[in-house]
Amino acid sequence: MIIPLEHILMFSTLLFAIGVYGTLVRRNLIGILISIELILNAVNVNLVAFSRTTALSPDTGQIFTFFVIALAAAAAAVGLAIVLALYRTSRTIFTD
Amino acid sequence: MTELTFIAQLGIYAMMFVVLAAAVAAVTLRNLFHCALALAGVLIGVAGMYLAMHAEFLAMVQILIYVGAVMTLIIFAIMLTQRLGAGDVAQNNKQSLFGAVAAAGFVVTLGGILWKTPWPVKEEAVTSSFSASDLGESLMTTYVLPFEIIAIVLFAVLIGAIVVARKDAPKGAEQ
Repeated sequence: MIIPLEHILMFSTLLFAIGVYGTLVRRNLIGILISIELILNAVNVNLVAFSRTTALSPDTGQIFTFFVIALAAAAAAVGLAIVLALYRTSRTIFTD
Repeated sequence: MTELTFIAQLGIYAMMFVVLAAAVAAVTLRNLFHCALALAGVLIGVAGMYLAMHAEFLAMVQILIYVGAVMTLIIFAIMLTQRLGAGDVAQNNKQSLFGAVAAAGFVVTLGGILWKTPWPVKEEAVTSSFSASDLGESLMTTYVLPFEIIAIVLFAVLIGAIVVARKDAPKGAEQ
């Protein structure tokens, strides 16, 4: 690892905070889903960074990153299906 | 060698900066389609971060699943609800200031904590090599139970997404 662990952790903290800001201020459901993808990516960066620096075995972090990616894809699929169903019944996808 | 390392470090920091700028664009732009494109930039940049951390297979998976599949889904949903994602409709609520303050407080708190923590960086973990075949082997031995569970979850999601998103069945089809 050619850059310090702290810098990667600060990077993922900032990415997470940007995602939290997006989920708080967006009115559009698709915008909120985009922000949630940002949050999950920040978590994945953290998992891989720790698996390369402090972990006992290098595989655990990467394996769980795969599971997080799979669950994020599942969340996106179900979430967008709900968005489309909501749009068809009430003609709006705004949360307020 | 030190010059090469310096250039690589510079490239990684530049990539981090571009990813953060694209993330800010993804949560602030008014046109949702532009937000989705900024999100694609973030996802590609995170794949670059995986490459920088020697997780090559993971970077490929990130490109395939996120940039390939999830981005297609999001752009589909934006186009199907096009009237509401255009630039002339307000996309943010009135809580932008509170949201920014909350996010900044989160960064200051967590950043201060993680900056002071002495992380026990192990030299053998940094230098270890871990290939895609090792990944597959541990997925089929140690982590085979979560692997099977995630298969069931994905199957349920496949059915659930279709059931939720389909049009209502025509009258009389149930009988």
